[in-house]
Amino acid sequence: MRIEIVDSVIDTAAVMAGVKAGADGAVCCFDGIVRNNTRGRETLYLVYEAYREMALEQMQALANEAVTKFGVRDVALIHRLGKLEIGETSVLIAVASAHRGVTFEACRWLIDTLKKTVPIWKKEHFIDGAVWADGEPFPEALRVEV
Amino acid sequence: MRVTVLYFGVLKDLFTGDRSTLELAEGETVGGLLRLSEKNASKHSVVWRALAVAVNREYVGVDHALQEGDEVALLPPVSGGTA
Repeated sequence: MRIEIVDSVIDTAAVMAGVKAGADGAVCCFDGIVRNNTRGRETLYLVYEAYREMALEQMQALANEAVTKFGVRDVALIHRLGKLEIGETSVLIAVASAHRGVTFEACRWLIDTLKKTVPIWKKEHFIDGAVWADGEPFPEALRVEV
Repeated sequence: MRVTVLYFGVLKDLFTGDRSTLELAEGETVGGLLRLSEKNASKHSVVWRALAVAVNREYVGVDHALQEGDEVALLPPVSGGTA
């Protein structure tokens, strides 16, 4: 499994190629890219930051869980940090397996779960200011109430 | 006992920094630390009501008892995006 947090451009084609093996019949890929607006407000660029060590551990745990849960053969999960321009890849997920069904399911589960539980945040820089993006609520089991 | 507290995302702005060292009573819990920290942050912040906490890089609940040298991370809701 290739699980990484990087500070430079993610080579999507290389990751896709690297995850393939002879026993596979499918690779499903999710390429998360920087959109040029949020609800119509024009975005200049995004800055991603993470609790780096924990995020990497959480990503590794998610990849392991995906293999167990969906029975896929291999997972690549790569997230980029720092300043990203419009159209650049912030997160790349590739799931390989003998048959396509589970690769779709695992890929969807990985991105949806990553977006809720892996400690990575983004600051959106607009033409007229910058804000930390509203995150997804943590799953109830992780949320704390005081 | 002393613990290190790490702030991420919008919390860095609320606390004007990315970390601090706190002196706490022995056996203080995560919930106790949050109540103490809240005084130093904006009580009106919505994010304050939607935190998760990690101790030594594992998610924990409010009743978790802290120990000398722990690394406590206050985590606002993560990056999200519309599914």
